[in-house]
Amino acid sequence: MLTALIAWPALAALLLLLVPTRWAKHVALAASLAEFAIALPLWWTFVPAGGMQFQLDVPWIPAWGIRYAVGVDGISLFLVLLTTFLVPLSVLGSYSYITTRERGFYALMLLLTAGMLGVFVSLDLFLFYVMWEVMLIPMYFIIGVWGGENRLYAAIKFFVYTFFGSLLMLVAILALVYLTAQRTGVISFSYAYLMTNPGALGPVAFWLFGAFFLAFAIKVPMFPFHTWLPDAHVEAPTAGSVLLAGILLKMGTYGFLRFAVPFFPQVALHPAVQTAIVVLALVGIIYGGLVAMVQPDFKKLIAYSSVAHLGFVMLGIWALTLQSVQGALLVMINHGISTGALFFLAGMLYERRHSRMIAAFGGIARVVPLLAAVLTLVSLSSIGLPATNGFVGEFLILLGAFRTYPVAATIAAGGVIVAAMYLLPALQRVIYNPLDKPENERLPDLTPRELAVLLPLVACIVWIGVYPKPILRRTEPAALQFIQSVRASAAAMTAGR
Amino acid sequence: MPGSLLDALWLVPALPLAGFVLNGALALTRPGAKRAVSLIGVGVLLLAFAAAAGAVVAFARLPGGEPVVQRYWEWLPVGDLQVHFALQLDRLSAVMILVVTGVGALIHLFSVGYMHDDPGYARYFAYLNLFVFFMLMLVLGASFPVMFVGWEGVGLCSYLLIGFWFNEQINADAGKKAFIVNRIGDVGFLVAMFLLFRATGSLDFGDVFSRAAGTFPPGGALITAITLFLFLGCTGKSAQIPLYTWLPDAMQGPTPVSALIHAATMVTAGVYLVARCGVLFALAPVASAVVAGVGALTALFAATIALKQWDIKRVLAYSTISQLGYMFLGVGTGAHAAGIFHLATHSFFKALLFLGAGSVIHAMHHAYHATHAHDDAQDMRNMGGLRHQLPWTASLMWIATLAISGLPPLAGFFSKDEILSAAFAQGAVRPIWYAFWAMGIAAALLTAFYMTRLMLYTFHGANRTGEGARAHLHEAPWVMTGPLVALGGLTLAGGALNVSPLFGGGTWLHRWLEPVTAAADRLQPAVELSRATEWALVLGAVAVAALGIVGALRLLKPEALVPARLAPPETGLGRVLWKKWYVDELYDAVLVRPVMWLSREVLWKVVDARLVDGLLVNGSAVASRALGWVGSRLQTGEVGFYVVLFVIGVLAVLGAAVR
Amino acid sequence: MLLGPALLVSAVLFALGVAGVLLRRNAIVIFMCVELMLNAVNLTFVALAQRLGVAGQVFVFFVMAVAAAEAAVGLAIILAIYRHRQTLNLQNINLLKG
Repeated sequence: MLTALIAWPALAALLLLLVPTRWAKHVALAASLAEFAIALPLWWTFVPAGGMQFQLDVPWIPAWGIRYAVGVDGISLFLVLLTTFLVPLSVLGSYSYITTRERGFYALMLLLTAGMLGVFVSLDLFLFYVMWEVMLIPMYFIIGVWGGENRLYAAIKFFVYTFFGSLLMLVAILALVYLTAQRTGVISFSYAYLMTNPGALGPVAFWLFGAFFLAFAIKVPMFPFHTWLPDAHVEAPTAGSVLLAGILLKMGTYGFLRFAVPFFPQVALHPAVQTAIVVLALVGIIYGGLVAMVQPDFKKLIAYSSVAHLGFVMLGIWALTLQSVQGALLVMINHGISTGALFFLAGMLYERRHSRMIAAFGGIARVVPLLAAVLTLVSLSSIGLPATNGFVGEFLILLGAFRTYPVAATIAAGGVIVAAMYLLPALQRVIYNPLDKPENERLPDLTPRELAVLLPLVACIVWIGVYPKPILRRTEPAALQFIQSVRASAAAMTAGR
Repeated sequence: MPGSLLDALWLVPALPLAGFVLNGALALTRPGAKRAVSLIGVGVLLLAFAAAAGAVVAFARLPGGEPVVQRYWEWLPVGDLQVHFALQLDRLSAVMILVVTGVGALIHLFSVGYMHDDPGYARYFAYLNLFVFFMLMLVLGASFPVMFVGWEGVGLCSYLLIGFWFNEQINADAGKKAFIVNRIGDVGFLVAMFLLFRATGSLDFGDVFSRAAGTFPPGGALITAITLFLFLGCTGKSAQIPLYTWLPDAMQGPTPVSALIHAATMVTAGVYLVARCGVLFALAPVASAVVAGVGALTALFAATIALKQWDIKRVLAYSTISQLGYMFLGVGTGAHAAGIFHLATHSFFKALLFLGAGSVIHAMHHAYHATHAHDDAQDMRNMGGLRHQLPWTASLMWIATLAISGLPPLAGFFSKDEILSAAFAQGAVRPIWYAFWAMGIAAALLTAFYMTRLMLYTFHGANRTGEGARAHLHEAPWVMTGPLVALGGLTLAGGALNVSPLFGGGTWLHRWLEPVTAAADRLQPAVELSRATEWALVLGAVAVAALGIVGALRLLKPEALVPARLAPPETGLGRVLWKKWYVDELYDAVLVRPVMWLSREVLWKVVDARLVDGLLVNGSAVASRALGWVGSRLQTGEVGFYVVLFVIGVLAVLGAAVR
Repeated sequence: MLLGPALLVSAVLFALGVAGVLLRRNAIVIFMCVELMLNAVNLTFVALAQRLGVAGQVFVFFVMAVAAAEAAVGLAIILAIYRHRQTLNLQNINLLKG
């Protein structure tokens, strides 16, 4: 089943190259909807318990202990669902935005889908690395070919940044496998094997963790590794921004949850490392918000807001309480939905006015009431208004983090004010204020296609805000397992030292 | 039968929510359907009032007065945190839902007339319904997080309704300011929740309050911190020092909104919260003193500003801040019933005052509209003598003015008197309360003065509206005066809710609230005063009020006023008051601008663009290019040079191998 | 049998080749010198094959085959350069720089 999830979009990408250009988008939409249909049953068949499910594990390169191993647990389940949920919307949202080389664009989108899903379901470090790179290349082209004016700079920056991190990660993976093999005599890239047979890494663990940390921190992105994000977001086409924010950033936090922290708990829980990461997360929250506040470009503002949101996630992961980890998982989902919707809206505004500048708008709520209403709701979700999804996640993170780091959580709570300080003024300058530009007087309101893109997201915003239990119930065992394993092995290692 | 009415408690908030959904849909699809919108908008409020009344009656029949908690679904079930989406009806929330739905229904009705010609009619009622929904969630929530849903939700509606005429920048700015200032307070609320959860392991009201006494040593640092953080939330929502500045700006919204949200209901949420958490505050004497002190100080401070405002709504806004200060003085003193009593009576007479002001503005606006004049329809200098044109409004507003000044036997007299007596009595135990009491008395004097000033300038003396416009001034239609009359009745009779034994009353509200306040009262017993002292206090308060009114009548000369556009600028102390003690300017210079400057000039342009991106990111690119350049110098392009290097290399390797 | 003189001859030939490559400027001459070096190595292979086995002689064939291919490609390049630049003096040809 998970294999079908990876194989189908890759296959569909090839198929897409065979169909005439004018059908490309429809075929891509159908393919991505089919993908969602493949993934959706996981929601019901997933058993809310710890451990991996829907596993498949066959040898791939036996000489080196490389296997094709996939599976999902509560942590990755919702990232898989979120990915398959956002891709059809992104395709639909690109219908009028992408007008050149459509076949190539949609084929890359599907290839990207395969890569993203591969990252989330891989249970073999080699496979994980391969998928990590697979997803990198289509995104590079999506930004570099269909992006804005400064697209090449942004695309190369994105690529080099991520590639830099991922090469370090590759070194760390190889070193980890080698050191483990040295101790046990078995060469294996298997996640489960490496987890159950931790090598006596000693001081090397710091360096390996550092390499993983860089790879994932760049992806998250944590301050000060974040500057690729605004450029990439601004230049990328709408669908690219949505998937970049919605899914790709989550790979960083997912990497911490799945690999970096469980492999090296003694490092992750080292007081100095803890302090450093919590401080960086806080800097991300406050700094990202403050810088977002003064952005003249709407997409850049959203990009910096992502830095702030992901700072909450990092805080939640490191606080290591059930509430905070659950909240972090929720924020990962919520950020995909809310920020995805914001990028869709920014794209829709851009299509109407051919400007991303906040100053180009003003007072348009009178002209486009529907768009204004949706934008208001989505912004409110992004600043964490109670009874929307944004609140539930951030509240849980802060509540949980407060048990571990009271001061940090209090400062992070200040980020809630900053969130209102950057989004509300922007909202005001876009849809409120005098309607003083004649170009804005005849903007068309949302079309049915655009509504079809936004309504599922809006529905999720309200649903998760009011009744998050179905999600929390499915993620709880995995979150619990994560916390317990990290705490237990850290304790064991400290005791054994 | 009573049981089933209590089971229908969810209907109370659900009805306004349904109204919001329906009106919102109409606003987006058929904004012209005014009849349907009015029917839905007012109808759901009346039904909600009926449902609330039914539930309260059913509740009153239950013995004991224990809170009834209705759990609907698990909202945040995470490990040891179990938050249900649950509503709780107890005697305190019973009072609140009746006030909210009752006064709310009257104000909805008034809005039908006031907003009749507005193109955003449907949107207006959608927001108003949504506000009532969130307000009911706030007062009915059975746990801190559910209450917080309402707490932030009302802030949202306030934001939307202040900026209702969003095409004027000043309105949108005011809405934004309200939201952000409220958010600062909300963080206090959040942190208080985190502390409570860490200490007690629960966020349900029932659990927290029953565990409080066992968990927190009285006067301890933890409980003091919790209550102070909670109170920070209250200062935001209820516009107390230092977070009061948003409320006067909030007057940019439609006047019925000011009446409903910024006078009668939302701004009282902080008082409700302190009363709800009475047990916690009783355990923290320092925090209680802060609450009472901030309340007394705000009461006095806002009253001074109200003295010199010309905008009729701004006078009322500062008056609201001042009256809220009284309520905090009450609940901070531990006189929860008195605070809630003043909350209720204040919602009657202040709603009446605001709606009356709305009626005046409505008339002024129409007059200026008809004559195409561009004068300010809210400036009292453009009014005067309106009692001839608006007799109903004038007489009803006089009732409210006398009530807020504290003249017997109107509602405000009883409630204000109780608060001041309680504060004075507390002085016997903690002398600082004498200072609070004195501030309260001084504020009462100013209150009587500025309210009389408002009435004089608006309704008496010669008319300054302008020759042409004067003919167009007329009384509002019955949908607007009807609610005024109803509120006037409540203002006259509302004091009966809680007449103190001094006047032969039975303090009905006090006894009704007893199950809620009992725990706090045990921790912080009220101080009894002798009959003679009480009489002296009452007479003194009445004398002060009368002095204020008479002083205003004597000192102020409505005849000397000129219309706003001809008026000379203020000077001296008057200017300082008119400029609101320059607090907005201070905040702007000390907080807003530095933060903006820091974000733009330092964080973004220097740290982000120069340091991280310029130095580190592009810097590493430059460094690697420079390294490449050094290497490239070796490549001369001459094959001969390469061969020389090659041979040298081979010889070197050979040499190394031989050795 | 004659191993010492044979190695000496090949060493002299190789040194001549290196000197030619280093000192001459004409591309054809340099090319010839490279061939000289190759053949010097071939001589060494053959001479040593007496004592160390037939593998050395086999390797000579490989070297010759590679040298033939190299001659073809190298001459073609030289010809192309000459057509392009009308000279074979390598000091004037410095396209291969960074």
